[in-house]
Amino acid sequence: MLNVKNLNVWFGLVPDRVNAVKNVEFNVTAGESFGLVGESGSGKSTILRAIAGLIPTWSGDITVDGKALKTDRRDRAFFKTVQMVFQDPYASLHPRHSVDAVLAETLRLQGMDNIDSRITKLLDDVGLGKGFRFRYPHQLSGGQRQRVAIARALAAEPRLLLLDEPTSALDVSVQAEILNLLADLRGEHGLTYVMVSHDLSVVGHMCDRLAVMQHGRIVEVMSVDALRSGAGEQEYTRHLITASGGYQPA
Amino acid sequence: MTDAPLLSVRDLRVTFPTRQGSFQAVRGVSFDLGRERLGVVGESGSGKSMTGRAILGLVRPPGQVAATSMTLEGESILNLSDRQMRKIRGGRISMVMQDPKFSLNPVMTVGQQIIEAYRLHAKAPRAAARQKALEMLQAVQIRDPERVMNAYPHEVSGGMGQRIMIAMMLAPDPRILIADEPTSALDVSVRTEVLNIMDRLVRDRGMGLIFVSHDLNLVARFCDRVLIMYAGRIVETLAAKDLHNAQHPYTRGLLSSLPRLEAPMERLPVLQRQDSWRDGETLMPHADTDLPGGL
Repeated sequence: MLNVKNLNVWFGLVPDRVNAVKNVEFNVTAGESFGLVGESGSGKSTILRAIAGLIPTWSGDITVDGKALKTDRRDRAFFKTVQMVFQDPYASLHPRHSVDAVLAETLRLQGMDNIDSRITKLLDDVGLGKGFRFRYPHQLSGGQRQRVAIARALAAEPRLLLLDEPTSALDVSVQAEILNLLADLRGEHGLTYVMVSHDLSVVGHMCDRLAVMQHGRIVEVMSVDALRSGAGEQEYTRHLITASGGYQPA
Repeated sequence: MTDAPLLSVRDLRVTFPTRQGSFQAVRGVSFDLGRERLGVVGESGSGKSMTGRAILGLVRPPGQVAATSMTLEGESILNLSDRQMRKIRGGRISMVMQDPKFSLNPVMTVGQQIIEAYRLHAKAPRAAARQKALEMLQAVQIRDPERVMNAYPHEVSGGMGQRIMIAMMLAPDPRILIADEPTSALDVSVRTEVLNIMDRLVRDRGMGLIFVSHDLNLVARFCDRVLIMYAGRIVETLAAKDLHNAQHPYTRGLLSSLPRLEAPMERLPVLQRQDSWRDGETLMPHADTDLPGGL
């Protein structure tokens, strides 16, 4: 479904150039859920943004569904295959567009028909009733906003969803609801997920395999079973697993 | 060490007038703080941050703070004038906020900011204040304090920014530190360091720490005692080591909704909220004692 090879992403020009992602390589098969973990600044979100076409300064090969991506432009077919859900549901929805307007605009851009019935279906899919259709973001809680953001991503009927810390701005109780929703949607629609998170237990819950990143490089690709047993091959992975276990008094 | 609590709060209420009538963000919170690490957990909107702000007199009008009593080492600190409160705030009670990026002044060097904060309360000469600032930066394990003193906040990392905040807050030697989600903007490895620093300060200086957080596992490991808040009230108080044996359905619901690495499951149990939690019985076994050790 997704192949990434020799991916380099940088920001800025030569004297101040920052290489945010260095020679990254991974493959995600269709139907799989793949996690990217690491500390802030390790380049995990940057990879997602480069795939989604939000960063033009990259080199290497990204292949989605057998088609190689160009650096600068993405065609319509791409956005019908790949959609992204962002970290902060408070920032990713337009404050003066109602839920209906957000979804209708997306559907129109994707060239869909039967917009009215599709909106009802989408809201139903993400567990929001009809009553939410004409609300504005400030009338929604954080969890409900994230559901709207997921509905917007699903509007294009994509097959690959890029999830950038989809629950880290939410309370644990709401996080559980959203993670369940994402698991259900993946089952129903046969989606492929690439999920970025700093929370190992969330990735452990959602994903089949994961890549551990440090300083822009992938340190290790491992299965979730290996993560559970704490069997990282690299020193850094083991350190990350211990640190995420909670606070150990010095 | 005396047994009297550093801070004692009885029936604290914070009210905001709205068009639909008044809204109580904090509804009758009572607790004592001794020389300990007291965790306050709850979801967003449960009133945990507002409790911290009310203690510091940081609730702005039209918000109103009321309480039967609120005392710091025996003195009432309820509804003091701004001028009196400024002496206590930063001097005897300090607060570390969630994100260092927003709480440091971007156009002053780190050193200037610490010196300013210290001189405001200690009336020390400039040179002595500078010396103190260097000492504080060393105390929070900043390796190269001279360089950091001359750096601007955008030149330091998030973890270092948070340590600078702690250094600044601790320079006047406060009795109580209120830390509002001090580590949620930090990476796990930096988090441990920051927590170690706060832990040492509680032990070495006999400081009281109020640690506001939404991270149950972290609080269970780090704190001595935990208050669990729901809809503006404390619904359960217990020793941190007993957190995983909590009795209140809300606490249990929160704990079970966390994904766990060692115990994979197909679906996460979702919290089923009940109206009775808002006003029903609370679980505070020994809440009436005035002794910090007695819950």
